[in-house]
Amino acid sequence: MDNGRARNFKAGFIAKLFLMALLNAFGLYGLFSAWAVSSWGVFTGLAVGLIAANWAYFSRRAIPAKYLYPGLIFLFVYQLFSMAYTGYVAFTNYGDGHNSTKSDAISAILSYNEVRLDGSPAFPVAVLEDGDKNLAFGIVRDGQPQVGTSDNPLASVDATVENDRITAVPGYTVLNFNQVVQRQQEVTELRVPLSDDAKDGSLRTQDASSAFVYSPILEYDASADTMTNKETGVVYTPNDRGNFVSDQGEKLTPGWRVLVGFENFTSMFTDKAVSGPFFQIAVWTFAFAFLSVATTFALGLALALIFNDPRVRGRKFYRAMLILPYAFPGFLSALVWKGMLNERFGFINDVLLGGASIPWLSDPWLAKFSVLAVNLWLGFPYMFLICTGTLQSIPGDVLEAAKMDGANPWRVLRSVILPLLMISTAPLLIASFAFNFNNFSLIYMLTGGGPNFAGSPLLVGSTDILISMVYSVAFESGVKQYGLASAVSILIFIAVGLISWIGFRRTRSLEEL
Amino acid sequence: MTTTINPSTEVHQNKLRGAAWFTQVGWRHIVGVVGIAYAIFPLLYVLSASLKPNATLTGSNNLFSVFDLSNYQALWGKGFGTWAMNSLVISSVTAIGTVLMGGAAAYAFSRFRFKGREASLTALLIIQMFPQMLAVVAIFLLLLSLRDVFPFLGANNQIGLICVYLGGALGVNTFLMYGFFNTVPREIDEAAKIDGASHAQIFWTMILRLVAPILAVVALLSFVGTYGEFIIAKTVLSHPSKMTLAVGLYQWAADERNAPWGLFAAGAVLAAVPIIALFMFLQKYIVSGLTAGSVK
Repeated sequence: MDNGRARNFKAGFIAKLFLMALLNAFGLYGLFSAWAVSSWGVFTGLAVGLIAANWAYFSRRAIPAKYLYPGLIFLFVYQLFSMAYTGYVAFTNYGDGHNSTKSDAISAILSYNEVRLDGSPAFPVAVLEDGDKNLAFGIVRDGQPQVGTSDNPLASVDATVENDRITAVPGYTVLNFNQVVQRQQEVTELRVPLSDDAKDGSLRTQDASSAFVYSPILEYDASADTMTNKETGVVYTPNDRGNFVSDQGEKLTPGWRVLVGFENFTSMFTDKAVSGPFFQIAVWTFAFAFLSVATTFALGLALALIFNDPRVRGRKFYRAMLILPYAFPGFLSALVWKGMLNERFGFINDVLLGGASIPWLSDPWLAKFSVLAVNLWLGFPYMFLICTGTLQSIPGDVLEAAKMDGANPWRVLRSVILPLLMISTAPLLIASFAFNFNNFSLIYMLTGGGPNFAGSPLLVGSTDILISMVYSVAFESGVKQYGLASAVSILIFIAVGLISWIGFRRTRSLEEL
Repeated sequence: MTTTINPSTEVHQNKLRGAAWFTQVGWRHIVGVVGIAYAIFPLLYVLSASLKPNATLTGSNNLFSVFDLSNYQALWGKGFGTWAMNSLVISSVTAIGTVLMGGAAAYAFSRFRFKGREASLTALLIIQMFPQMLAVVAIFLLLLSLRDVFPFLGANNQIGLICVYLGGALGVNTFLMYGFFNTVPREIDEAAKIDGASHAQIFWTMILRLVAPILAVVALLSFVGTYGEFIIAKTVLSHPSKMTLAVGLYQWAADERNAPWGLFAAGAVLAAVPIIALFMFLQKYIVSGLTAGSVK
């Protein structure tokens, strides 16, 4: 066994060494930059992944690991980790206004609440730009030319100075009036800290010719963990919701992320503003998924039965034509149907119904009907395909025997064909249910979830299903609520998992029959 | 019906005429024609709209009154080419990566017996029930923090998006492939091993060739799936020059009043043609793939 694989497979061994060198270089680079931005989660993940890779590919014993590693690493990061992270976020108030850690929130609060101090000196300022087009300010302070950016506080540099104003700095270009005008907004928003300590304040300019020192109106007392307004003397203390609040209940923004326990889950059931839409959406999601499977299966099975007769000529042609909707990319179909169902200009109303104006997509019930009808068009070819496939595996003599016994076609279908068909199609029907339960692109493209519920703080509507509610709550409802969105995701996880589990148990009992 | 053992079409045609033929066979053709009309009329509609210059929604209702390719020409200055290229590259890379990773995993599960093998197979079966899009919020937040460390893996980057898709590569595909790998007799690898081949040689030069049909099916399903994926692509990619066809064309059709409908229709036809062609060409394999692994 000492006849090393390496020697038998030289080219391969060199390729492996090369790839591993690349991977390690990439990993080390990542470790350094994760360290630099103090991204400890990424750092730990990378370190573990890198050690595992080197172990898998340089150990002689871990042959299966060599083949599993690439797939597993992606699975761990982008599926398992994101599932776990969804679980974590569901228990936090992560979202707009609570985006980050407490220390980030403190420095953000300090810098957002700045005032120009009375009598603070004015500096003639030069607006600079470095090689990467990042803006910087240059001033002369205490006789020293100094340059700083939003990330790096003012520091002394060698520069040419005329009349207290910097005119040239190595590594930077001094912007002229026109260039400043072009980036006016960036210039007025730029804050250059005087030092590493946020208390010292920062340099800002309104006109790009003189800059003033702004300093925080609030003061953070680390030992008491409070914020104090230096002018009014109001004290803000942190609460358990991740905000500094005064006695009067005035809140400072932004806040930080805190664990809120089951609040996101309970609010779905108790908070009126959320629970009303949530219940309607949950019921509709189940109805939509069930009806989608039922209608597409019924039509697909009917067509499969009709064309399963060998006496029908041109069956191949019929089949090829009937599966076209399945071959047409789903996102395009939904958009095309959206156009055709348009109330005023759509093909359905304008041509087929002779100029009627039926609100297919803007009436709550008609919109639900339209979603189902379009999904029938999209989905029946798939059912047609699988039913055709399984019908052919039903032995002919069974059907013949049933006929001999005097069963009419309806009876044959109900008592012989369907039970046999169900054994092989039931798992596919469950999968189809799970698919439609999360059929985001159909809903999003056809109706956008609308017509929207009036007066709800969330941008959701009558045809929204749970997954499109997740998307809307997280990304589209004005205030982003990642915590609530993740909690809804978790509920979908549970619902789909339960249904699949029960479904598969039932189908196993079918098989035993 | 005494000739059921060897029924020839002539026998039936001799037997069935007129009303009897219609009640048993003829009506099926009527259903067929109606069914085809239902199945293809939206497709004809979009084809017709694509041939009408400057068409709006209402101007597209007069089917096939004009035949003009100007929409197809106009597509190219509007970002369509970039989106199509992005979609093709992203889908192809994802398909190749999926095949390689799934194939390697299936090889390990099929050929080696190791601790935790059964458990990992079961775990995979459970994980694949949960689509990645449920975790879209977490994926978005993950890519935001990855962006600080590896800009190319972060939000608004196509490599980042491909990596997300590859994260879902093992699930279903491993099972499709695992079953197929098991049908390749182990004696073949045993013989090669005796001749001194390493496991890497066996995998790359023998097994992958023997299982080529399932690799093609998985690559195709992955390609089609990625090509039409919308929610993750929309969340990850925000800059117009980075978008895929699904995200880009959605933008055109979303704004109902000012939608460049003719342009969208032409884009839809071009976007759909390669996929429909693949389907028609590989119909047989797709059907067997569908019934084998319950994909959709």
